[in-house]
This record gives sequence, structure tokens and C-alpha cells, in this order.
Amino acid sequence: MASIELKDVVKHYGSGKTAVKVIHGVSAAIADGEFIVIVGPSGCGKSTLLRMVAGLEEITSGDISIGARVVNDLEPAERDIAMVFQNYALYPHMSVFDNMAYGLKIAKVPLDEIKTRVDKAAKILELGQLLDRKPRQLSGGQRQRVAMGRAIVRQPQVFLFDEPLSNLDAKLRAQTRLEIQKLHRELGITSLFVTHDQVEAMTLAQRMMVMNAGVMEQFGTPEEVYHRPASTFVASFIGSPPMNLLSAAPGARAGSIMGIRPEHLDIGSTGWELKVETVELLGAERLVYCRMGDETLIVRTDEQHTAPKPDSIIHVAPREDRVHWFDAATGKRLP
Amino acid sequence: MVERSPFLRILAHAILIVGVLVVAFPLYVTFVASTQTAEEILQAPMSMVPGSHLIENYTAALKGTGMGAASNAPVGRMMMVSLITALVIAVGKIAISLLSAFAIVYFRFPFRMFFFWAIFVTLKLPVEVRIGPTYQVVSDLGMLNTYAGLTIPLIASATATFLFRQFFLTVPDELVEAARMDGAGPLRFFKDVLVPLSTTSIAALFVIQFIYGWNQYLWPLLVTTNETMYPVVIGIKRMISGGDAATDWNIVMATAVLAMVPPAMVVMLMQRWFVKGLVDTEK
Repeated sequence: MASIELKDVVKHYGSGKTAVKVIHGVSAAIADGEFIVIVGPSGCGKSTLLRMVAGLEEITSGDISIGARVVNDLEPAERDIAMVFQNYALYPHMSVFDNMAYGLKIAKVPLDEIKTRVDKAAKILELGQLLDRKPRQLSGGQRQRVAMGRAIVRQPQVFLFDEPLSNLDAKLRAQTRLEIQKLHRELGITSLFVTHDQVEAMTLAQRMMVMNAGVMEQFGTPEEVYHRPASTFVASFIGSPPMNLLSAAPGARAGSIMGIRPEHLDIGSTGWELKVETVELLGAERLVYCRMGDETLIVRTDEQHTAPKPDSIIHVAPREDRVHWFDAATGKRLP
Repeated sequence: MVERSPFLRILAHAILIVGVLVVAFPLYVTFVASTQTAEEILQAPMSMVPGSHLIENYTAALKGTGMGAASNAPVGRMMMVSLITALVIAVGKIAISLLSAFAIVYFRFPFRMFFFWAIFVTLKLPVEVRIGPTYQVVSDLGMLNTYAGLTIPLIASATATFLFRQFFLTVPDELVEAARMDGAGPLRFFKDVLVPLSTTSIAALFVIQFIYGWNQYLWPLLVTTNETMYPVVIGIKRMISGGDAATDWNIVMATAVLAMVPPAMVVMLMQRWFVKGLVDTEK
């Protein structure tokens, strides 16, 4: 087990004038045993960052250390890490056992040791009966577990997950999420998990890195990220439905943006006057899409609350202690 | 067919049957001729019923004890030469093509695309085009009448390299990365992952290249002057004497039948993999 440190990590594709900068200096310290989720929209550089830690992409500048050892120039196999790929990347012609054992065979681990380790991993992941099967004879969820098994048997310092759940159906995804959490509790290995799904990020992360266009916007616990978003990007990316961002709210300071989550707006008899546009029922709650001047707002109400009619006027009061302020020019949070 | 009219069905079958007859009839004549005596063949019309000299003719051909005026080299020996030549060409072509495709797809080196196109362009240069200079080289190296001379100039193969390149391009990058994670070096990856994944393509190519090697005519005709190094295809040619001398057609036909057997066997035995290799790939 080991800590990970990123120091001013920069990545360019190409060189000279045509170079495209994809990671703009990311620094972060990850403690031993932490479960970190890197989340962001597609193209934000989250996978590139993970692949740099893995050693599959070169680092343009900066340092990546794993367990106090700078690994910039080490081959992936020498970094003492294991990775679970999005498409699992199982060797199609090898049995489940051989898939898991391949890395150990190359590392010249004695055969009986390999057997013990694979059997142990297979037991944790309930793959015992499948060891002789080929990957094509497995379901998506089983393949996913084999991919995790291959990572576990190596007993690495760090686990890297590259969107491992995105090829599973919704039910299996929720189930596997719980399994990954359980696994992390049992093994306590430092993990980096990349996803574009904020629900995965919120549920799995001990701390999460929110990335946008190659910049790390915020690095903190899910609570911090949700309750004190560091920028308008984080505010609108995390949370569903997203936070309302209003540049002309009543009582707003000049040059600032007001942020308020849909669940922190209470419908009552006083407050802002909003015109209702549409109403959506999501089971336990209702989303009311409203208009105030040029801006649209979403208000979240209880399902038991009577639904406002479209085109009617409602009064909404923001909870003062839940209002966020952001700088209009930089998008950064104002204290 | 979309329409299921009986007439169209009969027509389709008629065409197929005629096609089969067109292909099969010469083979049948060859076989019948190989069971008769030389005199019987020369009668007009030739009997279409197999004669009684099957074993006699085939032993004569295999042992080279025919009475013909031209070459009487034993066909057994020629079959051996053909077999070794075809195997070396097929295996050599596959080995070299696998390695060169591996280099072109997985390594970044200066002029990579130049080399790829250089290989690709040679598709347009079959042996016949470069036969003069190649002969000169082989002859200067003293490789006339040797297996090396028969096989080496035919081994380089743009087609196979290109085929393997296309296959390697379909292997997902994540597999390469997973292998790197597992600590497999390039050759290890090649041996443990790429080659096993290519087995069906290899089988298909083996069939094609074995027949290519077996059926070589022009090149062996140039580089073999010694009876002990004749491949069977050349052997047939040498058995047919020119001018007025009598040719043992029965022995020639027996040799022709013998020459057809190994390629046909290769095709039949490897048919399953051959078809699989051409239509699908395990990924």
C-alpha cells in the first residue's frame, strides 16, 4: 500500500506550436489507503491523468510518485500497480485462471503461490466455478469481476479503475459499486477510480477530484464538493438536477453569480415571484421548471406538495444559509 | 433466391451440375488414363472406363521405373522435394509476415510508413517480374539445385504481411496495455497474445501458401537442373518428351494424380479453420 503524489503534472500531445495541452498542472496528495474518484465530463483529461499514473502515457512535465518513489520513467509493470480497463481487456484465448495468473507467471511467481492467490481472489469475487471458462463464455458482469480479479492477484500498491462500470447495465452497476466498496474496505488498497458518472463518484469516493478541461477544479470529500463547490463548474456538474446559477437574482452583488440548489428553494407565499413553465414528477419528488426574468430555475418539491399549474405564478424563498456566491468573471467561489 | 418457383430451382441445380461436370471431367479423364496402359490411352476414342493397371502404373511412377523416353525420375522423391519446398515456403512466409506486421503495427521507428509502403508495393512485383535478377543472385550464391534456392526467393510475402497487419490493427489497444501492466515485453506479448489470437488467420494462410508453394512452376523450372531436386510439378513436365519420342501418358497421368493429392488433402483437412480464418476472427 502506498500514497500517491502528483506534483504539477502537465500533459501535451504533440510538440512545438501544434502542441495540445490536455492537463494543465495538476497537483494532489493522496494518502495511503484512500479511495479517490476522478470525475468530469468527457474530454476533461481524467482518463489521461489516470493513464499517466499507470505509465501508459508519458508525463510532459511534473512528477508522479507512488509510495515516495518518483515513477515518471518506470514501465507500468515496475510501478507496482494494477489497472481495471473499461472494456476489461481480458485475453480472449486464455481461461479465466490464465487471465488472472498471466502477470504472476511473467513475474516468475512459483506455481503453487499463483494457485493460492488466484483461488483466494476467485473466492472473494465468487469466480470459483468459472476458472476454466474463456472470457467469451462469460457475461459482462463476470468479465468485469475477472478484470478485478486480475488486479487483485497482483497484490499491488495501487488500484487504478478506468470507468470499469460503464459497460454494465444499471442494476449490475449499482451492485458492482457496492462490491467495489466492500473490496476496498477489505483490502484497504489505495485506489484511483475514473468515472463520468457523478452518482458513482459521490457514492464511492472518500475524496473526489472534479476535473474540467484539464484543470482540477476541486479536490475534496463528496460532502465538501456538494455543499461548498469551489466553482460554478463544480456547482453545475455535481448534483442532479444541477444547482441554479443566477446572475441577476434579487439582492445579488454586482459581478457575482448566485448559486442555490433546487432543494433549497421553498415554495410559499413570500419571496421571489416565478412563472412556472413545466412540472416533472420523479416519483418521490417533483421538479418545477420556472422562469424569473431571463433566467430559468429548477425548484424541487415534495411529491405530496400540490403541483403548481404551468403558467401560474409561484412564490419561492431561498434558504439564506444555503446560498453560494461565485465570481462572475472567474467562476470561482467567493468566501 | 427470393422466388421459390420450381423452374428456377431446377435451373439453379442444372447450372451447378454442369459446373461440377466441367470441373470434374478432366480430373476423371486423368484418373482413368492413369489406370490404363500407354497403348490403351492412344486408342481413339479412349476408353472412359478405368483400366486394370492402376497399381502397376502408380508403382512405376513412384519408383521411376517407367519405360518412357524422357525423364524417369522417381515421383516419390519429387513428392518429397515438393512437400519440403511447400512447407518451408508456407511456414517461412507466415513467420516472416507475422514478424514484419508486428513491427509495423506495434513499433514506432523512423520511416515506418515508408517500409510499410515498400512492402505493399512489392505486391505488384510477383516472382515473374523480378525473375532475371533473382536468378542471377541465386546462381551467384551457388543455390541452384538446393532447397534454399527453391524456397528463399519465394518466402517474402506482401500479401501475408498486409493480412496480418490488418488483423493486428483490430486487436484492441487495451489488450496491449493490459499486457504491459502484466509486465509482458514486446516479444512475450507477441508469443502469448498475438500469435494465439492469429491462429485462424495463420491456418487460412497456411492453406493458401502451401498450395502456392506446391504449384510453383516457373521458378523451380529455372533453378533445378538435377533430377533429384525436381518438384513434382516440374517432374510432370520433364516426363513429357518433345518431338517424336513416345510419352508414357499413363505414368504422366498417374504422376499428375499423385501431385494433386497433397494440396487437396491440405484443403480438406484444414477446411474448417480455413473458412473460419477468412470469415471471422476471435477477438
